[in-house]
Amino acid sequence: MARRLLSRLGLRFVAFGYLTIILVGPLAIVFWRTFEDGFAPAWDALTTPETIHAFKLTLIITAIAVPVNTVFGIVAALAIVRKRFPGKGVLNAFIDLPLALSPVVVGLALFLLYGREGWLGGWLDQHDIQFLFALPSMVVATIFVSLPFVAREVVPTLQEIGDEQEQAARTLGANGLQTFWRITLPSIRWAVIYGVILTTARCLGEYGAVAVVSGRLQGQTETATLRVQERYDAFDLAGAYAISIALALLAILVLVAMTVIRPRGKTI
Amino acid sequence: MSIQIRYITKRLGDFVAVDDVSLNVESGSLTALLGPSGSGKSTLLRIIAGLEWPDAGQIMISGKDATGVPPQKRGVGFVFQHYAAFKHMTVADNIAFGLKVRRRPRAEIRDRVEELLHLVQLEGLGNRYPVQLSGGQRQRMGLARALAPEPDVLLLDEPFGALDARVRAELREWLTRLHDVVHVTTVFVTHDQEEAMEVADQIAVMNRGHLEQVGTPRELYDLPANEFVMRFVGDANEVGGVLVRPHDVELLPESSNGAIEAMIVRVTMLGRDAKVELHDATGAEIVALLTRDRFEELELWRGQTVWVRPRRERVLVP
Repeated sequence: MARRLLSRLGLRFVAFGYLTIILVGPLAIVFWRTFEDGFAPAWDALTTPETIHAFKLTLIITAIAVPVNTVFGIVAALAIVRKRFPGKGVLNAFIDLPLALSPVVVGLALFLLYGREGWLGGWLDQHDIQFLFALPSMVVATIFVSLPFVAREVVPTLQEIGDEQEQAARTLGANGLQTFWRITLPSIRWAVIYGVILTTARCLGEYGAVAVVSGRLQGQTETATLRVQERYDAFDLAGAYAISIALALLAILVLVAMTVIRPRGKTI
Repeated sequence: MSIQIRYITKRLGDFVAVDDVSLNVESGSLTALLGPSGSGKSTLLRIIAGLEWPDAGQIMISGKDATGVPPQKRGVGFVFQHYAAFKHMTVADNIAFGLKVRRRPRAEIRDRVEELLHLVQLEGLGNRYPVQLSGGQRQRMGLARALAPEPDVLLLDEPFGALDARVRAELREWLTRLHDVVHVTTVFVTHDQEEAMEVADQIAVMNRGHLEQVGTPRELYDLPANEFVMRFVGDANEVGGVLVRPHDVELLPESSNGAIEAMIVRVTMLGRDAKVELHDATGAEIVALLTRDRFEELELWRGQTVWVRPRRERVLVP
């Protein structure tokens, strides 16, 4: 008895200790340092025009990247699970690529493709389209790094529910679109929501790829995460901490939403 | 609404699932596709529904060519072995689905759902979800759902296969009664010969993608076309080189013309009948079913040697 209790406590101690050192500790210090001198300095740091612009930009990019990847993720998952076509294995493997690739590499790749010397750079230049150092490249970079999450959540759910319900809908007179909206989507909705939440969290926190393609122009192409780095480099630690806290709160909000939704997902 | 199946062939890779099958299903009839697993019966049913495409051949429904028509336009109702219930919808919404996608008026849908809930004896359960129903109830819901849009033909793929024996027997009986009321042309797939005999008025026996024989239950039992049908529909055993039904095996106390010697190894009383198991000289098993009167008249006992002879009629030379 005693030994079992001891081993259980030991296991808990290790798990909690690890989390404290790696996760909670740093976060707590950031919180403490931010509000060391009360709320006023933090609030001031958050409400400078550059910081507000940075948060707006992050939210705009997220608002574009999340719907795009949600639609793509669902379509890709349907193709992988329900269809047979040449190149299916390649598609399946490529969806995971952003997880394996460092975001900096993604940024560099976009740079090579769309830069002045790149394959598409010349064409963009001719048509006077500003891609690099502007919103389009930042959106594309964010879409790239947050691409796998919806598909990866939806694929196992689609496999689990099988296609009998869809076949039943067909024999009952439903066409392809009706079957998708009335049967397939409701059946996978929790997986989609979960994937959307993960995608959102990833978009909010994206740094590396966007750092390369944005040019980090203050008040123009600076996202919230880039702003943190910029404040830190300018020795404005209070500002850096305040923005970090705001980002962390957004992430925590997303995480809470996720834990609230998850258990209900199992009851369908 | 009749179905004509003409020279249907379906290959799955190298495997020929359905091999040049032709079959007529008359309007209003109840036809069973009977065969062991892998015989192609389910594939054929799914081809009729449009859920699979044949490699060759033609499907006519109500006299019209339906071969290239997608499933949603064939006017078929399909009942799945594992129910295929829409899990996120209530029972009433499941049944209403076929009417909603046809954009029928709301009042009409409500009345039709009530009518069907009554027909399949699920009154009062319309607001439940499929997970809250038993297997038998779920399958009755599946049937109501398939019947809701008033299909020309009703197709059932091993509809009672996932249910336990008692519920299966109940539903079987209930299906025949339902068919008397609704009278829709029905084709159902089963591997259970008893089920086919009890429910169907026409049985098509399939084996390895081939259609072996089509006939009424009685024709199949009394006049099997070949050894496979004889063995698959009802029991059969080999006596002196011919196939014979257990109740057509005659036991004689003494040697007689055309009879072979066998030893009784087991006797079981089955109420009205007695089942006698014997071994012939080569050790092969023979089963004989005798009436109780005949059994008592012969005064049989285990270990006794008797002479066995097939009765003249209903024998098949393999």
